[in-house]
This record gives sequence, structure tokens and C-alpha cells, in this order.
Amino acid sequence: MKTTTRRQALRTSAAAMASLLSFGLTPAWAQKTAYPGVTDNEIRIGNTAPYSGPGSAYSTIAKVEAAYFRMVNDNGGVNGRKINFISYDDALSPPKTVEQTRKLVESDEVLAMFNTIGTAANLAAQKYLNAKQVPQLLVGGGATHLVDAKKYPWTLGWQPTYYSEAVIYAKHILANHPNARIAVISQNDDFGKDYLGGLKDGLGDKAKSMIVSEATYEPSDPTVDSQVLKLKASGADVLVNITTPKFASQVIKKVAEIGWKPTHFLINISVSVGAVMKPAGIENSQGILSTAYLMESTDARWKDHPDMKAWSAFMDKYLPGANKADSMNVYGYVTAQALVQILKQCGDDLSRANVMKQAASLNKVAFKLMLPGIFANTTAADLYPIQQLQMMRLKGEQWELFGPIISSGAGQ
Amino acid sequence: MTTNLLSLRVASQHLLAPVGIVLASMALPAIANGFVLFQATQVMVFAVAILGLNLLVGFSGQLSLGHGAFFAIGAYVAAILMGQYDVPYWLALPAAGVVAFVFGLLFGLPALRLEGVYLALATFSLAIATPQILKLSVLTPLTGGSPGIAVSKPQAPLGLPLTDDQWLYYIALCVTGAQYLLARNLVSSRSGLAMLAVKEDPVAAKAMGVNLSVYKTLAFGTSAAFNGIAGALSAMAVQYISPDSFTFYLSASILVGLVVGGVGWLPGAFFGALFVLLVPNLAEGLSKGLSGAVYGAILIALIFFLPSGASTFRSASLLRTRRKP
Repeated sequence: MKTTTRRQALRTSAAAMASLLSFGLTPAWAQKTAYPGVTDNEIRIGNTAPYSGPGSAYSTIAKVEAAYFRMVNDNGGVNGRKINFISYDDALSPPKTVEQTRKLVESDEVLAMFNTIGTAANLAAQKYLNAKQVPQLLVGGGATHLVDAKKYPWTLGWQPTYYSEAVIYAKHILANHPNARIAVISQNDDFGKDYLGGLKDGLGDKAKSMIVSEATYEPSDPTVDSQVLKLKASGADVLVNITTPKFASQVIKKVAEIGWKPTHFLINISVSVGAVMKPAGIENSQGILSTAYLMESTDARWKDHPDMKAWSAFMDKYLPGANKADSMNVYGYVTAQALVQILKQCGDDLSRANVMKQAASLNKVAFKLMLPGIFANTTAADLYPIQQLQMMRLKGEQWELFGPIISSGAGQ
Repeated sequence: MTTNLLSLRVASQHLLAPVGIVLASMALPAIANGFVLFQATQVMVFAVAILGLNLLVGFSGQLSLGHGAFFAIGAYVAAILMGQYDVPYWLALPAAGVVAFVFGLLFGLPALRLEGVYLALATFSLAIATPQILKLSVLTPLTGGSPGIAVSKPQAPLGLPLTDDQWLYYIALCVTGAQYLLARNLVSSRSGLAMLAVKEDPVAAKAMGVNLSVYKTLAFGTSAAFNGIAGALSAMAVQYISPDSFTFYLSASILVGLVVGGVGWLPGAFFGALFVLLVPNLAEGLSKGLSGAVYGAILIALIFFLPSGASTFRSASLLRTRRKP
């Protein structure tokens, strides 16, 4: 009995120590190179996306980006190096994002993080990446405070921020409806406040006089009917609709129900015809205004455009069976081009510092499938690449682009 | 005399494993990089949370599907104290535990009326409500709302040559060790016996003079305190908290860790924590899109073949030595 106990105890402690020590032995005995994440043959790029969990629809973006890099590699890579795109699941859970990001930086030793999906995910990893001086490129979120060249010099933005989108609505109103009485409904959180700030700053001194009524709602509210009624009662003739798809649909429906016919602006994230307009009633959604910066694959106007045809061929070859009507397949395709551009501009100096330098030196680059006239531009002080949008109006079941490309100026 | 020597030898043999593990844990920073220490810290944090839940479920027989809420409370208290009021981390940690304890008592009191599935439902609603409450605009000046709060990592004092990761690892090691000893002493104390009696046979316990309400509520409060401290440590390790960090999935994970480790067996907390933190990564390695299904399959297999979790392997000799010849 005594010997078995001792043997058992020794076995347990040996097993425990072995597992603890194996914990410590990481694959980080990788060859040390001049630049982290770079060898003569490859460039390692890190990414996290929600492959599982409630946000898993967004993983489409990471998948199309992976496919794009496969295509680039098939054509010789970037300056002779293949892109090794390492993407991990974070289920949109911030602690998981941090863990996966640390794994990518410390175990996989990537050169940079690229287009991590989600504002919360990017916020979670931001402090760490900036402290470690790892480029956080082309963040996949529109919140303005994600990008701040002074505070977070290693973070590069990408899509037009919520703020800049609202500035563009403000400019359109000033140009086309100078005597408008504006009503606004917005979500009562960071995202809604970002838009509201842009609208008010875009209107400038006129904000106080033009905005006659404001209403907010919580994401947990069941309906927004009372808010819509309040806004109509103010006598406004312009409505700025800062709501997420579920509520956008409710607003459109209610506005039609009460016989109100304002000039209706809807934010870009809620423009899905299938998810928003159809449930609200297509006939109720006619004439709604919004913005875009990328070509839509379902837009008949681009059917014969060479870039659109190239994209379609790419999808057929590298992602057969994927849903071509999903705008995320366009978004990912364009974002991947931006990374390749930055890497190309680096040449052979693939240090993290130079990557950031080149990220801050995008000189009016027009990527394939961006709307004609829209380009990406960055400077050391301004790390928001895209600040232009084009207005579009819903006609029938299609969004119809109109007017010039409008710029919102600096992001903040 | 001989009995004394015998029990001493038996005791030292039983100490061999834990002492060995502690020594190995202390030596880990010498060979492991920051990321591994970060993962090890997370395992310890989770072990503390599971220890807390074990006190409630395994030793006082009350089920909770909502302990993530106390984890969140601890995390937010620590983040707010450190961020907005410049409280040093070594004060913020116990403060988080105390606040979580109070909330645990506040929840445990009305929960006295509930048993079994009804208690489970009540705690479940707590878990669901937590992220939404954290996003409430009236609390935003304090909680930071949806964007959350960035937390600074504690730095080694007196210019000790330790990185932030190493220092936090040692803090977590000390806290985990202290919590484990506390739990152990609690369980083998009179209060612990009373709690166990409450779990095994409430009627008999009451007949023996055990005040059910007091012990059940205290069990809730104590287990909440453990989770609050775990949450505070987690906030320091991850350096960022937001309402989305504390969804129902967190509460479920703590429960999964408890079952995998073995309900009613304190050391099981570490096995449970290792499982919950490492197996999902393993599952993802096998299949990205189906990682949840793979994880579920592994869990089901474990429950099927080892219903007592890791406690199946606990040294049976402990029981044998108790029996006097």
C-alpha cells in the first residue's frame, strides 16, 4: 500500500510537471529573421474573425481575403514573397481576440495584424498591439475613436467612419435642402453617438437651428414607434435614420403608416434590400437616400465593367459556391488589395516601422471595385484611408448611385 | 509512536504532488514566453472562478448558471477603481472580491426560496441580463458602455527584473494559491461541514440545528467573491473589458469547467480550467467552421466515459488511509 501511494504520487507530480513544462515549450524556436514575420520566401500576416458564434456571418470577409492572397501567391506573391495568411477564430469575444492576437504576435510571429473584424475586437487588441509596436492594419470597424494617429500610431483605419458618413449627409442637406427642418433618430450608444456627432459637426453653426427634433432608442427596446411619432410631430421634413437593420425596418414602416413623407436618409449599414426594405415594404422604401463607396455586385450598371468581371472570375476560381450577392465578398476583396499595396510599397524593407510608414503613404490609390472617383489616401497625421462616399437612392429594388463623389474631410 | 511516523510518511507522500506542481509553476516564467504565461494566467483565473462555483454547487448543493455576472462585477470594479480612481491593483483585487461578495449575498437571499431548476433559471436570467445592464446608458459614465474600458497591467515593483506578464503571472499564482487554501479550509471547517449537510440532506441538517438560510446565503456570497476576484485578475490579464466579454457563454464555461474537473473535488478546478481554455483551441485546429461541434463532441464523450470528470483519478488511497486498522 505504501509503495503504490508513493508511485502514484510520483506519477502524478511527474505528469503535472511534464505538462507544465510542455506548456512552456512553444514552437517559438523558429528561425530568427531580420524582420519579425518575414523570411526570404514568405510574409506572415495575422487576422482574427468570428468563424463561430453570433457574428459568424462576418467570417465571409476573412475567407475571401484568404482566397485573394492565394491568388496573389499563385501569381508570384509580393516582391517574390508569398503571403502566409494566418486567421484565428475569436467568436467576437474580446478576451478571445486578445488571446488569439497574442498568439499570432508571440507564437506565430506575424509581421502585422490585418483587418480584424469588429470594433470591439479591434479595441480589445489595440493597446497591446500599439504597446508592442505591431501594425494593426485596416481595422474592420467604423468607429471613429478606433483611429487616432497621435494616440495609436500603429493603428491604420480603412472604411469611412460613421462620423464621416454623417458629415456627408449633412453636406448633402446643406446643398440641397438649405431650409430643412431635420429630425434624427439614433441608437443610444457609442455607434449612434458617432453618427450624431458627424451630423452635427457637418451642419456646423446651422446644426442648432436645423435639427428640430432628436429621439433615441436602446437596442433592447421592442419598438421605436413612439419615437417616430414624436419626430413627425415636430413638423420636420428631413429624417436622418441612424438605426441598425432591425430598427431601420421598423422606422421605414411606421413613417409610411402615419403618412409622413420626409426626405429620408438611412445609414449605410442598414441598406440591405432583403433584410430591411422588403420587411418594411419596398413601396414604403422608395426614394430613401444612403451612401456607398464600393461597387455592388448586383448593380446592373457594373455588369460589364472589367473589374467586376475580373472579380466574378476570381470568385468562380478561388471561392466556388460562395454567395456573390453578399457585399462582404466585395469588401474583403478590396481590403485585401489595400494590404498587398502596402506590402508592395515596402519593397524589401519589411520592418514593422516601414510597414506603418507605407501604410501612412497611400497616395490616392484607387482599388478595383471602389466606385469610380473614390480612392484611398493616407498621411502620417491622417490614418483614415477612405473618406469619400457617393450618394445613392432606392429605386424599385435597386440602389441607384447619383451625384458627385463627396468627401468628408478629416475623420475627426 | 509508529502511527505518528506512518501518518507523517503518508502525509509527505501526499504533499509530493502538490509541492512539485507549485515549484514547477514558480519556475515556469524562466522558460516560457509572454504568451504562454498569459495563457497560464488565464487558466489560473478560470480555476479560481471554478473553485468558487464548486463551493456553491459541490458543497452547498445550489446550482448557478449565472456566475459570469459576479465575474463581470469583479472585472468592472477593478477596472473602474484602477482606471478612474487610480487605486493600486493590490487594493482593487480585494475590493472586487468584497463587492462581488455583497452582490452574491443580495442575490443569494431571495434565491433561498428557489430550488433546483428554478434556481437555475433565476441565475440564467442573471447571466443574460448582465451584458445589457452593463450597456445601460445611465451607467455609461462609470462602465464606459459598449466600447468598454482599457485596463493597465500591474508592473513589477521596486524595479524587479520582471516583465508585466511575469509579474501578473506571479500575482495570479499567489492569489490562486491563497484562494485554493481558503476553499480547502472552508470545506473542512465546521461551516464547510454544515454546508455539506445542507447539500446532502437539508431536513436532517435543519434538525441538527444548522441554519439553512445563513449557510446557503453565505455560500452564494463566498462563491460570488471568488468569481469577483477571478474577474478582476482577468481584467488585468486581458487589459480590456467590455459588456461583450461577459455573455452567458462565460457562465456556461465556468459550469463546464466545474463538471469536467469534478463537482465536489477542489483540485479539479485546475483540470476544468485547462479543459475550457485549451480544448476550444484544439477544436478550432481540427475544424474552423465546426469548432463548436467538435468541442461539444469531446465534452459529451468526456461526460459519458468520465461522469465524475477529473476527480475519477483522485487518489483513492486517501480514503483507504482514513480507515484505522
